[in-house]
Amino acid sequence: MGQIQLKQVTKSFGDVQVIPPLDLTIQDGEFTVFVGPSGCGKSTLLRLIAGLEDISSGHIEIDGKDATDLVPAKRGLAMVFQSYALYPHMSVRKNIAFPLRMAKMDPAEIDRRVNAAAEVLNLAAYIDRRPGQLSGGQRQRVAIGRAIVREPSAFLFDEPLSNLDAALRVGMRMEISELHKKLKTTMVYVTHDQVEAMTMADKIVVLQAGVIEQVGSPLELYRRPRNTFVAGFIGSPKMNLISGEEAAKHDAATIGIRPEHIDVVESGGTWQGTVGVAEHLGSDTFFHIHNTGLTEMITVRAIGDINLTHGDTIHLNPRMNELHRFDAQGLRID
Amino acid sequence: MATKASRSAARIMMAPAVILLLGWMLVPLIMTLWFSFRVYLPLRGGDQGWAGFDNYIRFVTSSAFWPSVQTTLIIVLGVLVITVVFGILIALLLDQPIWGQGVVRILVIAPFFVMPTVSALVWKNMFMDPVNGLFSHLWRFFGAEPVSWLSDASLPSIIMIVSWQWLPFATLILLTAVQSLDSEQLEAAEMDGAPWHKRFWFLVLPHLSRAITIVILIQTIFLLAIFAEIFVTTGGAFGTRTLSYLIFQRVLESQNIGLGSAGGVYAIILANIVAIFLMRIVGKNLD
Repeated sequence: MGQIQLKQVTKSFGDVQVIPPLDLTIQDGEFTVFVGPSGCGKSTLLRLIAGLEDISSGHIEIDGKDATDLVPAKRGLAMVFQSYALYPHMSVRKNIAFPLRMAKMDPAEIDRRVNAAAEVLNLAAYIDRRPGQLSGGQRQRVAIGRAIVREPSAFLFDEPLSNLDAALRVGMRMEISELHKKLKTTMVYVTHDQVEAMTMADKIVVLQAGVIEQVGSPLELYRRPRNTFVAGFIGSPKMNLISGEEAAKHDAATIGIRPEHIDVVESGGTWQGTVGVAEHLGSDTFFHIHNTGLTEMITVRAIGDINLTHGDTIHLNPRMNELHRFDAQGLRID
Repeated sequence: MATKASRSAARIMMAPAVILLLGWMLVPLIMTLWFSFRVYLPLRGGDQGWAGFDNYIRFVTSSAFWPSVQTTLIIVLGVLVITVVFGILIALLLDQPIWGQGVVRILVIAPFFVMPTVSALVWKNMFMDPVNGLFSHLWRFFGAEPVSWLSDASLPSIIMIVSWQWLPFATLILLTAVQSLDSEQLEAAEMDGAPWHKRFWFLVLPHLSRAITIVILIQTIFLLAIFAEIFVTTGGAFGTRTLSYLIFQRVLESQNIGLGSAGGVYAIILANIVAIFLMRIVGKNLD
């Protein structure tokens, strides 16, 4: 069990309202990712759910029971922090056992659970070391271990991968996803990295300035962004958002076309321009194109290695059926 | 400091400071050792030649010696316990966000700026005076008989005065340590279901162990040599004669420099014994 429901939740720090009234339901067993630029209130929202911050008004329900005034420990949630927040003077074993010791569990049962967690997370080799002697990825595993031994109804992750290097991050991303498949427990995951959001989530919640911009599955958000903010935020490289004359041709204030939905052609394309920067990745080539006569610079993602470099003229053909149209308020027009 | 040339340059540049400090330490030490083996009575014939170990034997066999060692250790231990315990409590309080935090912190540090002689006189005359002191008024207000602090409870009184002086130092060092504790650790422990006293015991106290060690070591060095507080309050009477005060009496009141110097050597030995014990007990927190 691990359904979390937020009803008209608000949060103010002094006079500043960082989260205006907000409704959200996180289903049992779901992997939900809160994503948004830094300072959008996603971490605050997670801390409200955890109970580390008091909500200013509204209700939080966990498993259908009102948890608004419950202390963090009584909510049955476990959290993994950005800094891992391991206890530096305790060994890995004691770190993982700490929540169980606090719950005054039977020592034999504690041992059994700690060993089981160590097994799942491959911690056995360094179970008697201290956190200071571990690498970033190992510390991350210990922090997750400390969360899973409690068998919580939901896990909360606060940007857990942001202190790891790029290669390790990809690995840990997979491990967390696999852990979710194995445990089938509700997970709420905060990140500013839309790649993490797209790859891990069952449901993505896009936040900006404390407001939910859109909730949906990764592909829903990719295919049908509700507004220009979500359109620009989800997808890498970013969607081209073009306003002005070109948009008016399509009866919209802004049109959006993803870089991967523009084809490079030999001649006679809809748009043409000069290549500014060409990023050759081998599998793909990203072109940043100037002088197209459009208001904005265009980014194009072409499959394979295309032999065009700085200063070359390029011909482009956008796929009209993949075009997104937005009105003057930035909302999607269907 | 990598190459040979830079290492020897560093040595040459450090040399003046090292030589000065070494001289500063060695000259008085050697003079003390020298005088401790002499019969040296400034008002009764001056330096009268070798005494062998007579001074050492006389100093230890004097009936005042062991009580003075005991008094010294009681004062050091008492002040350490009070300053560390209250230092931690006050540091935790000052860490809470309160209105006028800056002013409060400066006020808490204030006693450290008061000279020992002045603070001891203030305590003696304004607080502990059995007739006009604040305490005596307070006792009388509740209908109790005023305590003559410095004669009836002389040792606790001196411990109180010295603790008052050293509490700010302990508080300040412990406060910086409290502030350096990662708040996410405390939040993690809160989520793990640890109530505040267990968070204190399992997280805050281990985090403070290094700062507590530093407070204990530094304070011990200074507390072994407290003098002014005793001099202006009890003058060594009523069982407040510490080892350093006994040495002072031997040198200045008995005018026996040889005997006093032997006492000084014992004081060095005592300080080293205390230091070895402390390093054994708390020193491992420093690495």
